[in-house]
Amino acid sequence: MTEPRNNEKDGIVLTDAQKRARRSRSIAIAVALGALVILFYIMTLVKGPGVLVRPI
Amino acid sequence: MSLVSEGAKLSGSELGFAEPSLASVSDYLALLKPRVMSLVIFTALVGLAVAPGHMNPITAFTALLCIAVGAGASGALNMWYDADIDAVMTRTSRRPVPMGRVKPGEALAFGLTLSGFSVVTLGLLVNWAAAALLAFTIFFYAVVYTMWLKRSTPQNIVIGGAAGAFPPMIGWAAVTGSVSLESVLLFLIILFWTPPHFWALALYRTQDYARAGVPMMPVVAGEVSTRWQVLLYTLVLVPLGIAPWALGFAGPVYGTVASVTGAIMLGLAVQVLRERSPAERASRNMFAFSILYLFLLYAVLLVERGWGGLLARLAA
Repeated sequence: MTEPRNNEKDGIVLTDAQKRARRSRSIAIAVALGALVILFYIMTLVKGPGVLVRPI
Repeated sequence: MSLVSEGAKLSGSELGFAEPSLASVSDYLALLKPRVMSLVIFTALVGLAVAPGHMNPITAFTALLCIAVGAGASGALNMWYDADIDAVMTRTSRRPVPMGRVKPGEALAFGLTLSGFSVVTLGLLVNWAAAALLAFTIFFYAVVYTMWLKRSTPQNIVIGGAAGAFPPMIGWAAVTGSVSLESVLLFLIILFWTPPHFWALALYRTQDYARAGVPMMPVVAGEVSTRWQVLLYTLVLVPLGIAPWALGFAGPVYGTVASVTGAIMLGLAVQVLRERSPAERASRNMFAFSILYLFLLYAVLLVERGWGGLLARLAA
């Protein structure tokens, strides 16, 4: 009889519904982070050299 | 070693861990209180549009986005902390945390993450005065209102209303980098609009608040006292609503709309005063019209004072 793998011994079983929910959350986080990168890129272009000028 | 894997034999509860979340993206969106957020975006847009000075439309969009996300973050923090009382109130019992779809810790982490991102992004991309105001607004709503005032005093929404009144001031600060009398006036209108608006709601939801142990004015001071205070706050609100025109900050169209809708607000407040429980029609009318009242004041201000400037900025 073979030993179960570590992740099989200690992990948690995800149901199909949990996998679907996790996938949708992962996609939403990826989209949000991508949008943030694009926003910073565009704003850098908009501000030009002034991007480094941030008066308090 | 991963605690969450797809091939394991034991369930989370058997291992003593929390079950993996079933929360969907829409549950997280619900944590942001989208309806409140839409009002925040609108009032911040007005503050942004009527402020003197020029702002690139993309920068303006960024400012609005950050204010909206910051407002959503404070909503998520509110739902994390208030899950116990949300569960026993009819109006809020179907929110994601009391329904068990989002765990309290997840709501807290979500709210804190968005708070940090919204404030830092607003500071880096727009200006730090607006970012500081946004940070203070989130703190005020989540800590001062939600954690302290809401459960301890019937004045909760009087003081806590400041959190909802800040967005136009943040919009203004995003353009000018400071606050001024005009932006304070926009703040005061919402501040004094909040008590009659929420107490009108509380008058026909008294049992809900009492069951949850929230010391709203009708629960603590009784209905008669609340009805009087609705009228008193409306008496302060109506002149404040007209003030932008009286001080030369808004034009005649605004002055007319503010006067007419202010008179209707006063009439409804008198009806609320004369109404006796179990009748609730006047309170419902007051609650519904107060939303229209605030919307009209800000919309007319936007069209009359801000639209030209906004179009010019978009065309620039």
